[in-house]
Amino acid sequence: MTVSATSDFPEKSASSSSSSEGITELQNAVIRFAGNSQDGIQTIGGFLARLAGRSAREVMTYMTIPSTISGGPSIFQVHLGSGEVLSAGDESDFLFAFYQHSYDNHIDSLKPGGICLYDSDHVEEIKEIEGVIHVPVPITSTTVEAIGGSARDRGKNIFVLGLVTQLFKLQKEKLVSLIEKQFGRKGEDVARNAMLAFDAGYAYPIGDLLGAQYDLKEGRNEGIDKVTTDGNTALTLGLLAGGVRYGAGYPITPWSTIMEQLRSELPKYGGLFVQCEDELAAVSMAIGFAYSGHTAITGSSGPGLSLKMEALSYATMAELPLVVINVQRGGPSTGLPTSVEQSDLMQGIYGSHGDSPRIVLAPKDVEDCFYIGREACLLAREFSCPVIVLTDQALATRIEAFTEPDLDEVVIEPVLDQEIRGEEFKPYPLDGLTKHAPPGTPMSAGKYPVVTGLEHDEWGHPSGNPEMHARMNARRREKLKVLGDRLPIPDIHGDESGEVLIVGWGSTWGPIREAVNRMREKGQKVAAMHIRHMNPMPNNLDTVFAHYNHVAVVEMNDEGLYGYGQLATLLRARYCDSKIQSICKTDGLNYKIREIIERVAELTDPS
Amino acid sequence: MSAPAEPKKLTKKDLSADHPTWCPGCGDFAVLAAFFKVLEKLQIPHEKICTIAGIGCSSRFPYFVNGHGVHFIHGRALPLASGVSLSRPDLHVFAFGGDGDGYSIGGNHLDHAARKNVNLTYVVMDNFVYGLTKKQTSPTSPKGFKSKTDPTGAIDQPINPMKKLVYGGASFVARTHAAQVKHMMAVFERAILHPGFSVVEVLSECVVFYPGIFDDGNPRKGGEFDLIDEKKWDDSEEDEARHDVSDENAAYQLASLQYPGKFGVFYETDRPTKNQLEQKWIDSSKEKVGDATAKDLLSSRFSGMK
Repeated sequence: MTVSATSDFPEKSASSSSSSEGITELQNAVIRFAGNSQDGIQTIGGFLARLAGRSAREVMTYMTIPSTISGGPSIFQVHLGSGEVLSAGDESDFLFAFYQHSYDNHIDSLKPGGICLYDSDHVEEIKEIEGVIHVPVPITSTTVEAIGGSARDRGKNIFVLGLVTQLFKLQKEKLVSLIEKQFGRKGEDVARNAMLAFDAGYAYPIGDLLGAQYDLKEGRNEGIDKVTTDGNTALTLGLLAGGVRYGAGYPITPWSTIMEQLRSELPKYGGLFVQCEDELAAVSMAIGFAYSGHTAITGSSGPGLSLKMEALSYATMAELPLVVINVQRGGPSTGLPTSVEQSDLMQGIYGSHGDSPRIVLAPKDVEDCFYIGREACLLAREFSCPVIVLTDQALATRIEAFTEPDLDEVVIEPVLDQEIRGEEFKPYPLDGLTKHAPPGTPMSAGKYPVVTGLEHDEWGHPSGNPEMHARMNARRREKLKVLGDRLPIPDIHGDESGEVLIVGWGSTWGPIREAVNRMREKGQKVAAMHIRHMNPMPNNLDTVFAHYNHVAVVEMNDEGLYGYGQLATLLRARYCDSKIQSICKTDGLNYKIREIIERVAELTDPS
Repeated sequence: MSAPAEPKKLTKKDLSADHPTWCPGCGDFAVLAAFFKVLEKLQIPHEKICTIAGIGCSSRFPYFVNGHGVHFIHGRALPLASGVSLSRPDLHVFAFGGDGDGYSIGGNHLDHAARKNVNLTYVVMDNFVYGLTKKQTSPTSPKGFKSKTDPTGAIDQPINPMKKLVYGGASFVARTHAAQVKHMMAVFERAILHPGFSVVEVLSECVVFYPGIFDDGNPRKGGEFDLIDEKKWDDSEEDEARHDVSDENAAYQLASLQYPGKFGVFYETDRPTKNQLEQKWIDSSKEKVGDATAKDLLSSRFSGMK
């Protein structure tokens, strides 16, 4: 049996090697847990991800959540590896199926040679599939037996965690301490039951049944434990590090976990997050916080961002700093609330009425959510305008391990600037950047500023003067060009010239990078470039494009009426280069590595 | 050492900015004049005055007050003003607007600012018509009012602002008339001094699109300016019949009176403000973390993720 890191090419099993004692060493493993969301399968995945962070392994997770209240079928996939883990894995090496429906829906996700462990108390019909090894484990009854009493089948997730620990020779002590820490908070009984379930799973003779055991290699430990968390949490902490102290929002999936965390965290910083009656109030209150001199934030998902658009146009006109998070999900309309999509790029840049330029950023992975969140705060303050962060459902919920940021370097303590303003103060100077005098600021000339959404002159007085409107439009546009001028061209991953340059943005960073790695292993001359600053974009990207025969823009959005995705449309408009082409899809799922490779091949060789 | 210089007294001259763009005879001029007089009386520090408005004729207000101000978008003045009030307890926050801005497009925000009892003062200049857009039906236009959108007369039942405000949970609700400057001043002063969400509904005539509509409440035009007789709590017999401003049911009864109804304070209650309640939570949260800096707090979050 072979288990490989590169799920598309099972014949190429460089990442595993057999030792003499039936223990197979693994560099990478993709494990999928399939059950119902109320079974706590996310908990298993969460523990494994935390363990990975503590053992210098790379990890990436992927989960599906039903968009129903009381749960339903759900999966949690963990990709663990000692090398670079760039995606949650196309197919799995191991499948844990809790129910018949879990088995039926996910057995095809196993790659050839994969192993399926299923709960023999629930799964009754097994398919004959060549190369797949089936291992029955009475998960439910063994858990009930271990815990006893009235616990019913609660705890079978922890039983499976014990099983996994044994199967992959994971560090039991580290896991036990994580379990004790997590369940200890919930009371002694809960912690004891969890340990009973864990021990029963750990003691279960899975190795004998399977005739094999696996040693999942640890990475090179640099003596520092990594932090393990999801994208929404990383983004929240990035905002806090960037100086956000006030915010307002309205609940919507998958944004809500950011506002929930800010609601609890901000008071510790002396700040406040307010849940408002609707999205319009939320953005308006956030603008009120910004006007008051604070670094403020609001956020939502696509439908909510649409509702905020009028006020965001105001923030551009009034030149108020505001950070706006959009956790993109499948659209249009209510769409697919728990699926991933990148279809709000145009809305992010152009969604408001009038010419209302603003900054738009997009993080590429969970770690980057922290840094983009922080950067959004800095840019909002420097350019005194709205900054929209386009993250997505996949980044919001998936877990990755990364190095803790250097807090000495990144944490910014915000200052409320109420220094008296002199006679020369103008809120909208034609020859400089806006730096508002927040209310409470004494004005030495005795003239106080009104912040306005009407077109205005340098002092903020309403002005219908045609020349003034043109000059003010130019002013709001040119300040963003200054930002564009200083953005470096993004790093190129792969060949510096060749057949194809794959351009991506947002959460497709990992899969694109892994696709490039595999194509290069096959001898293709390809590279990837990832854009994080969506508006303004870095300049001179055409100097990079010039080195490749094809520029393939990979996006999770529709190809539109003219055959191009949203980023591809922007790049074509800017560079008028017909070799810029689109690879789009809207199935609500992350790109698989194989999909990218196949679609790039179709593009370069249409025959 | 000499005594610190007496701070300059704030006058109407200091507070006046651009000349109002309202039509000659507009009721809003009197509202602005009354506001200046109350500020002169209360001597609020100039830089702490913050006026906020949405869109409409009356929402031009902040341009005419020389003070920190915001001219925001249609209907959203209250959530913005709430943000200013909640994050800047040192300021005196005023929101101004009309019936369309406050009761129609911003109607939901009014209910929620009221229930949250955000500490600010909101003045609605109600003229029963859309004036800036030139005579369309407003949420307070009476049935039968002929406008460009109801050429044969308005058919929808109008909003009763006083009922809406009391029901919404505003902790100070009063009604006055733009032709009664002294009454307006007295009511404004009480509203400003009230801790919490205080609202004053001012009948302010649009002389162009709905002339004469408020004459019934104006003695100079043959109407009656019928004041609410508030309880004096003097144990007298006549006091029995007087209005108890803390009685919500009595406020509803006043609000149900036939137009032009009564003027004065309908309702006033002492309820904790959102500002106070949030501050309590901030204080207890800060107490739990001691004097932790942002860096300490983030560091502890990250170590929990290892």
